[in-house]
Parts: sequence; C-alpha cells; structure tokens
Amino acid sequence: MNLLRLTAMEALEMMGRGELSADELTGAFLDQIDRHDGDVAAYLYVNKTGAREAAAAAGGGDRPLNGIPTAIKDVLCTEGMLTTCGSRMLEGFVPVYTATCVSRLTEAGVVNLGKTNMDEFAMGSSTENSAFGPTRNPWDLDRVPGGSSGGSAAAVAAGEAMWALGSDTGGSIRQPASFCGVVGFKPTYGSVSRYGLVAFASSFDQVGPLTRSVGDAALMLQHLVGKDPRDTTSVAHPEQIVIPEDRDLSGLRIGVISELSGEGIDPGVREVFQKAVSTMADAGAQMETASIPHAEYCIPAYYILAPAEASANLARYDGVRFGLRAGGARDVIEMYEETRSLGFGDEVKRRIMLGTYALSSGYYDAYYGQAQKVRTLVVNDFDAAFREFDLLVSPTTPTTAFGLGERVDDPLTMYMSDICTVPANLAGLPAISIPVGLDGGMPVGMQIMGPAFSANRLLQAAHGAEAAVAFNRVSPLVEERD
Amino acid sequence: MVNHDDVRYVAGLARLKLAGEELDRYAAQLSTILNHVNKIAELELDGVEPTSHVLELTNVFREDEPQPSISQVAALANGPEVEGNAFRVPAIVRK
Amino acid sequence: MDYEPVIGLEIHVELSTRSKMFCGCRVEFGGEPNTRTCPVCLAHPGALPVMNRQAIRYLGRIALALECSIPERSIFHRKNYFYPDLPKGYQISQYDQPFAVEGGLSVSVDGEMVTVGIERVHMEEDTAKNIHAGVSGRIAGSLYSMIDFNRSGTPLVEIVTKPHIHSPQAARSFLNRLKNTLQFLDVSDCNMEEGSLRCDANVSIRPVGDRELGVKTELKNMNSFRYIEKGLSQEIRRQVGLLESGERVVQQTVHFDVVTGEISPLRSKEEAQDYRYFPEPDLVPLVASADFVAGIREEMPELPADRARRYVSQHGLPDYDAQVLTSDRELSDFYEESVSLYGDAKTVSNWVMGELLAYLNHTGETAGECRVTPTALAELLDMVKGGDISANIGKEVFSEMCDTGESAAAIVARKGLTQISDTDELEALIRQVIEENPAQVEQYRAGKVKVIGFFVGQVMKQTGGRANPRVVNRLLKERLPE
Repeated sequence: MNLLRLTAMEALEMMGRGELSADELTGAFLDQIDRHDGDVAAYLYVNKTGAREAAAAAGGGDRPLNGIPTAIKDVLCTEGMLTTCGSRMLEGFVPVYTATCVSRLTEAGVVNLGKTNMDEFAMGSSTENSAFGPTRNPWDLDRVPGGSSGGSAAAVAAGEAMWALGSDTGGSIRQPASFCGVVGFKPTYGSVSRYGLVAFASSFDQVGPLTRSVGDAALMLQHLVGKDPRDTTSVAHPEQIVIPEDRDLSGLRIGVISELSGEGIDPGVREVFQKAVSTMADAGAQMETASIPHAEYCIPAYYILAPAEASANLARYDGVRFGLRAGGARDVIEMYEETRSLGFGDEVKRRIMLGTYALSSGYYDAYYGQAQKVRTLVVNDFDAAFREFDLLVSPTTPTTAFGLGERVDDPLTMYMSDICTVPANLAGLPAISIPVGLDGGMPVGMQIMGPAFSANRLLQAAHGAEAAVAFNRVSPLVEERD
Repeated sequence: MVNHDDVRYVAGLARLKLAGEELDRYAAQLSTILNHVNKIAELELDGVEPTSHVLELTNVFREDEPQPSISQVAALANGPEVEGNAFRVPAIVRK
Repeated sequence: MDYEPVIGLEIHVELSTRSKMFCGCRVEFGGEPNTRTCPVCLAHPGALPVMNRQAIRYLGRIALALECSIPERSIFHRKNYFYPDLPKGYQISQYDQPFAVEGGLSVSVDGEMVTVGIERVHMEEDTAKNIHAGVSGRIAGSLYSMIDFNRSGTPLVEIVTKPHIHSPQAARSFLNRLKNTLQFLDVSDCNMEEGSLRCDANVSIRPVGDRELGVKTELKNMNSFRYIEKGLSQEIRRQVGLLESGERVVQQTVHFDVVTGEISPLRSKEEAQDYRYFPEPDLVPLVASADFVAGIREEMPELPADRARRYVSQHGLPDYDAQVLTSDRELSDFYEESVSLYGDAKTVSNWVMGELLAYLNHTGETAGECRVTPTALAELLDMVKGGDISANIGKEVFSEMCDTGESAAAIVARKGLTQISDTDELEALIRQVIEENPAQVEQYRAGKVKVIGFFVGQVMKQTGGRANPRVVNRLLKERLPE
C-alpha cells in the first residue's frame, strides 16, 4: 500500500483501527524525503531524529492528530529548531519560543518533519527567492512550485509530508497549492494566531493548511483557529470548524468573478476552470457571473500596502540582537547598511525600498493613504457580491507553474501571478484553492472565496466540488510508489 | 520617474547600501512598479474611509500582571556580538 | 530690542505599571542587564505586542488631570527609525489620532496663576538603554556601545504643551506642578535621575509685541528641573545674541552641557528625520467610550487642589498650610497619616511645615525618605501633649530622630530629657535659686513682678530645660515673698 497517497483522516482511521503505526507512517515520509528531497528541495531542515522520536512517542496515543507527519513552513518559529525564513539574515537563528499555531498542532499530536523552504521572508511567488536555493515542482522538476509556501506545497505534492503549514499574505498558500495540485486554505484574517509567524505584512498575513484533501484542510483548521491572547488581532472563530461530509452542491449560489476569470487568464487554465464550473453546475450549484468592480486595483493597492508594512516589519533585522551581522563596520550606521545589504536578497530589498518610498515624506497620501481607501472599496465590492452569492470562484492563478528562472528578472510579471489571490487578502476573507484538472500535465487550481468566518460553508462547498470534479491525481513522485 | 537621488534617499532611510549598478537597476525596477501601482491615482476617493484593519476589533488588552522573562543567557544567545551581559554595537556616532 | 522667549515642553513619563507596555516583563529600574526581556521587547521575529490595560488607565488619569478632551477613538502608529536601543526599528507611538488633546494646567508664575495649554497626551513605549564605552561614557567619542534591553518597552506617556511658557522660571514652575500632579495620580515615580521623567524643550524668541513665532531650537534630554531652567536661560541668551549681531537662529537640536554651561548643536533639522508613520497593524484601535472615561474618572486619586480644599474645609487648616502641604505628594501623605494617628491637624501641620520641612530642605531628602515616620512623629507629639517633654525639648528630640532614626521615647530616655514636674525636686531648686539671688527677690518684692521670668530661667538652666515651666511658675509664685 502506498502510504504517501493517504489523507490524514484516512491515516488516523487506520491508526485507530491498529492497521498502521505512527512509526511506520513517519518512516514512509522520511524515506520519501531521503529519496527525493535532494531534487525537490522542499525542506530547509529535516527533523529526522525528532520526528522518529515523536512518532515513537505517539504510538497508541489518543490525541486527535496523533502521529500525523507534518511539514512546517520556515516562517513559523519553532523553539530550539532552526528558523530562517529562507534568508541569510536568519541563517542559524534558533528561536526561544514556538509559534502558537505550531504549538496547537503539536499538542494535538502531529509529528514535525521539519521546516520547509520558502521565498525569503515570504516575499515571492516561486520560492526562487530563497537564499538557500529554489524548490522544484514535484510534477515537473524544471518548474517552480509557486510561492512563497513553495516548500510546503511541494512537500505535500511529493509525498514528503502528509500535510503542511503555510502562510498567505497575497496568495502564498493558494498559489503554490494550485501549482502543485494540492489543497491550500487561507483562513479569514484573525482566525489563526499570528504569534510566532515571522511578519511580512501584518494586516494580511494568515497561517493555514496545505493538504491532500478538503477534509484534511478542515481537520487541521479545527486545531489552528482560536483567539490567542498573544495576538490582539486574533478572534475566536464564531463557529466550530466541522469536517465536511455532505457532497451536495445544490442550492448554493456561486458567483464566477468575471474580472478574475477572463482576460489575463491563460486559455488552458481558463478551459480547465470553466469545465470545473460546469461540473459544479451539474452537481446542483447555481453558477452565475459575479463582479468585483475594483479587482484591477487590487494588485496596485496590495503592492503598496504590503511592502509598506514589510519595510517596518523587516527593520528589526539590524544585526544587533540576533541574526546576521556584517563585520568590520566603523560605526553603527555602516553596520546596519552592510548587514542588511548582505543579509537580504534582491526581492526583499526591492519591497523594502518600495514600501519605504510609499511611506516617505510627501508620498504617503498618494500611495499608502490612497491604497488604504482602495482597500475599503474592495471590502465593499465583496460585501455587495456576498449579498447576492454564497460564495465566489475564480482560477487560483492565471497560469500553471512556470519554468524555473523564467520570471526572476521581471518583478512586475511575477507580481501579476497573484492577481486572483490578492483580493481575498485585501478584504481579509477566507479562500481555498483546490485542484480541478491538468493543463499540459500541470495542475490547475480553482479558488473559492467566502464571506468572513464562513469557513464551514466554504469547506463544505469545496468538499462538494472536490468530489464532483474528482481530480484524484498525484504527482509522479507519489505515483511511482504505488 | 524614480531617479538615483530618490533611490539613494530611500535606501538611506531603509539602511540599505546600494551602489553603482544597483542604483540603476532599482531606479528602473521601482519606476516600472510604481508606474503600475500608480493606477490607483485614477480613482476619485474623497470621502472614502481608509481601511487599516479588516476586523472591527477595538480595546484588546492584557492585564498588568508580570510574566516570567526569558533568561539572560537565552536573551543573549542569538546575539551576533555579545560582551559580558549586553549586546555590543559599533560606535553610534558616525565616524 | 526686548525679546520674549516662547517655550513649549515635551515631557516623557515612564509609568509605574508592574509589567511593560506590550509584554509581561517586569518594569523596574536598573538591575542586571538583559534580565527582563522576552521575544516581544527584544523584537524577535514573529513576536507581537499586546497592550497593558493598566497603562491605558494611567494614561487616562493623566489626560483627565490635565483637563484634556479624550476623543472617542485613538490609534497607534509606527514611528520608523533605526537606532540600537530601538529593537523593532520602529517605536509604537501615537501620531495624528492621539489619546487626548487640548488640555491645560494652571501654574503660579510671579504670583499670578497662568494656564499652560496642553497640546496632546499620548501613549508610547520606551527604548532600551545604551551604555557608551570609551573614555567619557558619553556618546561622542565612544568606541562602541553596549545595549541593555531591560527598559525596552516600558510604558511611556508623552505630554506636549502649547508654546505658552515665556520664561525659564515659568518652565520650571510648570514642571514642578506637573510632577506633583503626576505623583498624586500614582502613575509614575517621576524620578528624574532614573529617567522616569524626562523633558525636552522647544524654544524660540521674538521681539516683544510680535505675534509671529521665531525659529525654534530643541533642547534635549535635560535631567533636572534646575538644568532645564539654566539651559533655557543659556539658550535664550544665545538666541538673543545671534539676532542682535544680525545672525539667524537655525532650527536644530542643541545640547546643554551642565558642566561648562555651554550650548552646542546636536544635529541640524536639515537632515530631518522622515519617520514614515503609518497605522500599527498589530494593534487594534482604542475606543474611549463615555463608560470607559467614567471608569477612569472613578478611580482617579485625589488631586492636590482637591486635597488642599479638604484640608481647609475638614481639617480646619489655613489656606497657606493647605497649599504648602499639597505641594508635594510625599509631604502631603506624611501629613495625612500623622493626622490620622495623632488627631490635631493644626499641631501636625505646624510640625510638618516647621520642623520636618526645615529638615527636608536642609538635607534634600523627601518626606518618604526621612527616617522619621508619621507614626514616630505622632508618638513624639503624644509625649509633648502628655507633658512628658516640653515643646522645645520636643523639637530637639525631633532633630535627633531625623539623624538617628530612633524613637522619641528612646531618645528622651537615653538623654534623660523627661520633663520634671515633681514638686519636691523643684521646691529644693527654687529655694536654692531664691537664696542665691537676694537682689532679684528684692526687686520682686518692690512690685517688679516680671522678674519672675528670671527665676524661671534660672530653674530651667539648672535642669537643662527639663523643668515643667507651668509647675515652676506656680511654685515660684508661692515661694517668693509678697
């Protein structure tokens, strides 16, 4: 039996019935890491010994996620375990505390397989911005896995983790999930604690699951959500998260966002997406055209607001208390400049520059102030759309995974790959990407968005769509173990 | 649109050292990006409230109860240059 | 030409909360460096601020005591700049929507009450402490610096006055009055040497009668009210000198050297700070509802003016006494406690304003630091009232108590100061005095009754002042011939 095809829910059932041990399960994933991570490079740090010990300790336990091999994006602090955010700046950094979301999963019994690669400080859409080399797409090693949670998405797609934690600021869970043919869920802003999530853009960042199935996403989410006294922007999720069972889509009014599913979307992607829309309609959903009138302003607004927040969030990397320090500086300003120039990669510097510029004297109103107002319009657009529709859909990305190196010199084109995912971050809404087909052998994702805190409705519909579309494909790296 | 002086000024604020070729590259890239994001300038937004937080939360506090600090050893453990019981930095006044 | 100085003050007050502004580390002064830190106040990656409720209450007290209006909504901003003592690379502060605005504090200037307008009162956090290594311990010329983060994140309230102060003396009076008010509010120990109260001053001059403000300079970091007064005088002299010799005042930050008494420029505003303020995404807005403000009002400690009124109406003190006693929090507390133990308010007031204040003025101690406690004073006053010692001996005992910390009873016993009221013992002495001074007896007999004072004095001299003057008087009248 190919254990790498199992969902977490299936594995938990088997372990519950005594048909599978936690050791065996973790062993299978560590083997796969051994076998393929040299090529895929999903991990920055593999917690081999720790994972085996945790799996051994999990044997026979009754914690709800007991023994589930889990990969953790290296943007989440883990006490005593390297946390680098894919940056030279944090090379060798060992946090003194653990992120709330990681603690919650660990308390629920998961086995931490290690820390996954990412675009430096979560800035990027291809994981090529990692200071420690790119991750490759398990479906085609010459392509990118997406980003910034590319390591987590690739780990799940390659059978190197049963599921993974990612973070999403402008699409960083959904876009790589789409590129790698897995499920990726960005919760409503505030549902999951950001404490211990290394900040990129604080008013957008959310932690969420990358999984093999919608059911697994719901299962992990159950253990992630909740108010954390250490994050004042977190809230108690108004409803308990339910594992979706019903596959019925009938009665759901679903809007297809015209601005995000027509022009600008690759024809191949559009075709797979349209087919999935028809399949959902056949399954009983009422599929109609919806509009987010200010969609075209989302990327501009996002690429002002997020870099502005980032420019402040990354000011703490100054070579004083932790992380890299460039040697030989005569004074502290020189030390800052040398350290930060050495420690940050190109994209991070670019965003710091962009954000600093947008906040600098004389430009605030035209850029930051104006972008905040655009944010209000986008929130209003969604409010209006959700008065008509239960949910909204679009392709997750305008193209399938692109080739390694293809866009590294073209920041703006790279930013455009976030065009479908950024609106949900601006409005703080929950959104999921599920794989709905292949285009040229590469996975295509459909994004489903819901009103704030509608995770249950959203997961229910995604579960129905998943069943109706019946994608059922895995990457060649998992398939070969059948 | 963004010239060398702008790049130099912003890099100074952000404490990044950019020189020569980098100044050109950043000036060009920032110009391209700003040219694109400037699209929002075409919107008439007088009277629209800015959004800083998508959630309508207010007054979230903790009680004034001291919690254990981390140890001095842990505090200094990640320090790139530590002397005795404190973090050491080069001269603060510009040389 | 005559010039009028225009002065505005910026005062920073460290609050005496138990824990820091945004984390649970203790607020204390000094101690072993870097022992009161955590991921939040060290700005480790992923850490988030959580606001201290008590700090906001204290802020509210200050705002109300300064008769400010408190807008319904205030928000926090990030003030961005790099400095080794600023771990996040930004200070969490308030900017265009501060907690409180438009207040005032009345002070007596040259015997006249003047209201100094308060521009704003806002909440922020303190920085860490730099220890400059090198020959002088000063920043200039130091080879390197050491950073201690114990102070990092201590709650700090900034109070900004309007430019309503027109002399260095008035600035000093205002600061005295403000300090006293803050101490009555129980929000800060206001210890200037330890830096819990710090003051910057903006100063400009203009020809008397002009309305337009001159170019201002900023005097920074003065650590005593006396130096502020001196520094301002010196800076005003410097500015007058410049204008009179046809030069201009340049807007800049200046430093007053307390040793040489000289003013030197620190930095010119030309290389102005561009702080890139923007709303702090990690903190939610503060809404000061009517209930919230009423709650703070309810727990407001009694202010000096209210106490003074009470001393007049309830304790029956003259207004002068009430003003003196409430000019200092510790003095006032000392007085109140003594009254509660002893009873007679006017007697206590006389002793506190007379003996105690003289001692404190002489030594520079505060009432709280004085070795004599209210309990000890009350015991002393009881002894005087009970006739154990005379009032004059009492003063001598008080002085001894201040020096040694001993109780009145112990000093009286040790030094044998008990008043002699015993008739037999005094009779013998009186007989002796009468025998030894026949000339005076003759005068008395001739009707010069005032000479009795001479005999009392002789008895006192013989007893070292311990004889009960009332008894001596009675006995003398009996024994002297008619």
